[in-house]
Amino acid sequence: MEYIIIIISAIFVNNIVLARFLGICPFLGVSGKVSTSIGMSGGVMFVMTIATIVTWLIQNYILIPFSLEFLQTITFILVIASLVQMVEIMLKKVSPPLYQALGIYLPLMTTNCAILGVAILTMQNDYTLMEGVVFAIANAIGFGIALLLFSSIREHLDLLDVPEGMRGVPIAFVAAGILALAFMGFAGLA
Amino acid sequence: MNQWQNFTKGFIKDNPVFVLLLGLCPALGVTTSAINGMGMGLATTFVLVMSNTVVTLIKSFIPAKVRIPSFIVIIASFVTIVELVMQGFLPALFEQLGLFIPLIVVNCLVLGRAEAFASKNNFVSSVIDGLGMGLGFTFALTLLGAVREILGSGAIFGWDFVQGDGMLVFVLAPGAFIALGYLIAIMNKFNKA
Repeated sequence: MEYIIIIISAIFVNNIVLARFLGICPFLGVSGKVSTSIGMSGGVMFVMTIATIVTWLIQNYILIPFSLEFLQTITFILVIASLVQMVEIMLKKVSPPLYQALGIYLPLMTTNCAILGVAILTMQNDYTLMEGVVFAIANAIGFGIALLLFSSIREHLDLLDVPEGMRGVPIAFVAAGILALAFMGFAGLA
Repeated sequence: MNQWQNFTKGFIKDNPVFVLLLGLCPALGVTTSAINGMGMGLATTFVLVMSNTVVTLIKSFIPAKVRIPSFIVIIASFVTIVELVMQGFLPALFEQLGLFIPLIVVNCLVLGRAEAFASKNNFVSSVIDGLGMGLGFTFALTLLGAVREILGSGAIFGWDFVQGDGMLVFVLAPGAFIALGYLIAIMNKFNKA
């Protein structure tokens, strides 16, 4: 039951992009086409889950026992940066097809604030390791859903006659706002 | 390029939020009121100036291959300083900004300026660039915060000038996207003219 609440709230009620405003850069950057947004969502899910597991272990077995919580930010970002590099190298050797699919999105993960944001949120909410993993996966699904919906909308926007000043980014933001408005309808679920 | 242009480019011509589209997460996340936007902007400005300063001073010692991780460590140290100082002296603002303070680390604006400007230019230009870009970011966040506060709660910097409620949607998440979309459109118009 606990897990179901975490999942529903992370995907719909507190959607990571549309309600928490994390990961806006990739949300705008790769949402031009549906195919790239699927690749990006896959990469985010992969890295976010691993990053949450590793940062959870570091937080609870190194930082808290030695009262070093104030080093959280600096430790987490270093861990995530090296993790991304490691995943990239390992993926290249172990599973070339997966590397082909996710490869170009991996370097972008370090500066994706959704990854660090979910790691910090997991610690703030005092989740257990299992809850943290579920939380990370659910957030990645939420990111994927938002990205997929938004990229489908943007593909349609390209074909429409938009007033000159609003073309490109401005109309995309207004569309994202309306999408966020739709997601607010889920607020009663939690 | 003279230093004055270097300083002012961050406000309109190369505004980080409206034109370069960098640092959008905090720009949308914390701007429920003008004062929050300003606090976030000034915190980012501090990190930006300090990281630009350090990066430009030690750029010749950093091997090119590990420059990005080194920049991240430098930035993360200053973010930790901001975090601790704000927690100690401005607990109310710290509470409001919450998650977005540690997330200054992954603000693409800070890393972007370190990589694109400070690692290639001299000390004075880098400091001025950091200050200009940071204040441009502060300007954008304050403006967005003010627009959302005026429309959403009929107030500005906490001063109520309209009785009753505003359009609540502008304080909530969707309003952030819509307000920023229109502000970018207006800025585009300005920059073309």
